[in-house]
Amino acid sequence: MMAEFGHFTLILALMMALIQGTLPLIGASRNIKSWMLSGLYAGRAQFLFLSLSFGSLICCFIQNDFSVLYVAEHSNSDLPLYYRIAATWGAHEGSMLLWATILAFWTLMVSSIQGSLSLDFHARVMGIMGLISLGMGLFVLLTSNPFTRLVPVPLDGHDLNPLLQDFGMTIHPPMLYMGYVGLSVVFSFAIAALLGNHLDSAWARWSRPWTLIAWIFLTFGITLGSWWAYYELGWGGWWFWDPVENASFMPWLVSTALLHSLAATEKRGAFKAWTVLLAIFAFSLSLLGTFLVRSGVLTSVHAFASDPTRGSFILVLLGLVVGGSLTIYALRAPKIREISEYALVSRESLLLVNNVLLVSAAASILLGTLYPLILDALKLGKISVGAPYFTSVFAPLMAPVFLLAGVATLVGWREASLSKLLRQLRYLGPTSLILGIALTAVFWQVDDLKTLSGLTMGIWLVATSLLSLWNRIRLRKRFVEGLLAQSTSFLGMTTAHIGIAVFLIGVVISNGYSQESVVRLAIGDSTDLAGYTFTFRGIEDVVGPNYKAKEATFTVTRGSSEEAVLRTEKRIYKVQRNNMTEAAISPGLTRDLYVALGDPIDQQTWSVRVYYKPFVRLIWLGGLIMMAGGFLSVIDKRYRLSHLIRSVSKTQTLQSPPRHS
Amino acid sequence: MSPRRKRMWVVGLIVLGVGLATFFALKAFQKNLLYFYTPSQVLSGEAPKAYPFRVGGLVVQGSLKRETNGVTLQFSVTDGTATIPVKFSGILPDLFREGQGIISIGRLDKSGVFEASEVLAKHDENYMPPEVAESLKNKGTLPQSYKDYKK
Repeated sequence: MMAEFGHFTLILALMMALIQGTLPLIGASRNIKSWMLSGLYAGRAQFLFLSLSFGSLICCFIQNDFSVLYVAEHSNSDLPLYYRIAATWGAHEGSMLLWATILAFWTLMVSSIQGSLSLDFHARVMGIMGLISLGMGLFVLLTSNPFTRLVPVPLDGHDLNPLLQDFGMTIHPPMLYMGYVGLSVVFSFAIAALLGNHLDSAWARWSRPWTLIAWIFLTFGITLGSWWAYYELGWGGWWFWDPVENASFMPWLVSTALLHSLAATEKRGAFKAWTVLLAIFAFSLSLLGTFLVRSGVLTSVHAFASDPTRGSFILVLLGLVVGGSLTIYALRAPKIREISEYALVSRESLLLVNNVLLVSAAASILLGTLYPLILDALKLGKISVGAPYFTSVFAPLMAPVFLLAGVATLVGWREASLSKLLRQLRYLGPTSLILGIALTAVFWQVDDLKTLSGLTMGIWLVATSLLSLWNRIRLRKRFVEGLLAQSTSFLGMTTAHIGIAVFLIGVVISNGYSQESVVRLAIGDSTDLAGYTFTFRGIEDVVGPNYKAKEATFTVTRGSSEEAVLRTEKRIYKVQRNNMTEAAISPGLTRDLYVALGDPIDQQTWSVRVYYKPFVRLIWLGGLIMMAGGFLSVIDKRYRLSHLIRSVSKTQTLQSPPRHS
Repeated sequence: MSPRRKRMWVVGLIVLGVGLATFFALKAFQKNLLYFYTPSQVLSGEAPKAYPFRVGGLVVQGSLKRETNGVTLQFSVTDGTATIPVKFSGILPDLFREGQGIISIGRLDKSGVFEASEVLAKHDENYMPPEVAESLKNKGTLPQSYKDYKK
């Protein structure tokens, strides 16, 4: 019954999406008020039906209803309750339903700001979101229905992929989807603004908080994914330039660019056409990401069983979204008036440089990700693009971003004086360089240019960001007073930029000085790595709820002090008979010690992989700090609903830019 | 600055950025393209000798041997017609099993042994890298148990 109920509510939701995607758009063009308002109610009803549908799928999992094909394939009665719930989005059908449900959630959020936007603009936004919902709803219903029954009913399920039976993996996809789908809001705002000629600063101001929220979720999702790959895959790496990772990284890069160009559009009315284009690209790349993961065209750690009809469906959807929105753009863009003027040395110029670099980086990743697919489709050979390609392209493109991110906040809008800027930086520049050299020389080798330049750039970025903050604080008499006078969005920006620096420092040190060794160890043997001694203490059998495991205990000592006791497991899951290595990690801000059990050589001897990873935590800490920065920005007073409503009523025409940023 | 001149700067900047990106990209691209070869192609000498590539197929039953140091392994990969030896130092992925489809990245040494730097096995017992499945299918040696997801 539960499955039929879910199926039924899914169809109802599709009907609602059909209404939401048509009536408000027609109403807006013919100025029929009731039709415009219909999107609002259809959107809310759609959310209700989709949550009921998704809820009933969760119930099927909780009740171990193996008469449902999707449940039978991805769950098992031995699976703990927590993972049974998480298994709902553990594979294709359920995760696509989650995608649609999250889209409906965002629709609900957008419907709640109805009173503060002009009626036709809001109706268009709802309409565009309705059309996207319609596409996704059809996709779920026609190619990936999670409620299909299975006859005869199996006694037990095929179990969830052991790799996914992990906390990080249970929250990674929803977070990433919140980000992907959140970009659909910004996309809808952009298209609605194009359709109704509403590309004004009010539009930019409305788009900013939505972009920020989506960006926060994307950042979180990617950080979580990287952390999961690090501890779960047992290779000790945190980023593999895997096509699916790239698929999530490209929308991140483009939405970061979008955040920056929106700032210029809101404050100065600059880059309007470009901002719209970025909004279109950001969402298109999110859809592309979905296509890449779900079409099965990739050889990737993420490419689980998949089906090409689904791939073609998403490809068509992607074609419609990109083609349709670019057509609208082409028709309307010539009418966009760029009224802003700015000099070569100005914040606008620096934001433009930021955008060019971030988009170039995204484009080069796109090239490396799609080139093998295109070549394969044309039957020109099977190739893959190695990770060295991505690092060697990405690093030089990002270096100027790191160098200029902090400086840009010191430069005023419209026109700034280069000599004044250089005067401000005359001590910071050399100091950062000397500090970078000194730290590298003391802790590592001074001739290591990668670490040296990475550290220097990190210090420089922090220093310039703090200088910009200090310049504002000292306008007040007292420090605390000055700090409190700053808008949270400015503090947020400073925080996010410091986050990038922390991330960068983590990357260069852990990449440069990680040590790894694969050794053969018998019980009682020990091996040395980076000044730590890892001793193999023993191995015993452990039984989990749905697996059996060998658990090996290692002690790690440094000199005479004991640093950590590490327990790593080699699990065999009962149903899928898969081997899974659970690495053991002793985390620390300055170093991670990492042990992963390899293969048994005989009764007493195993091959073992040990790692020493200095400062690797800074990588994820940096991601979290960036996220915190985004959060600070989004709670800024300017984005509160009451404030937005007031300012929007004033800014039907462009107002003079406010002084703070 | 006049709007016209400004626009020229903007266009110049973008051209420069894109040009730079293209330059780095193509330079790095050249070096990092990894082509896929089947064991038959490797034996017939089609595979490159000087730079790395990928080879894939089924791991031959009973071919996995461990050298005395405990961490260097040797096994054979076949596409049904030809078989080549693969040497790998390190820990095999959890799903590596004899009889299963794998892909490995590495280069060919002088004696014809493929020295792998990476071995990839998929996290699904019935799944096989698409390249491997296709090459086996062309040879007609695709195992029955393999679910064809690309039907």
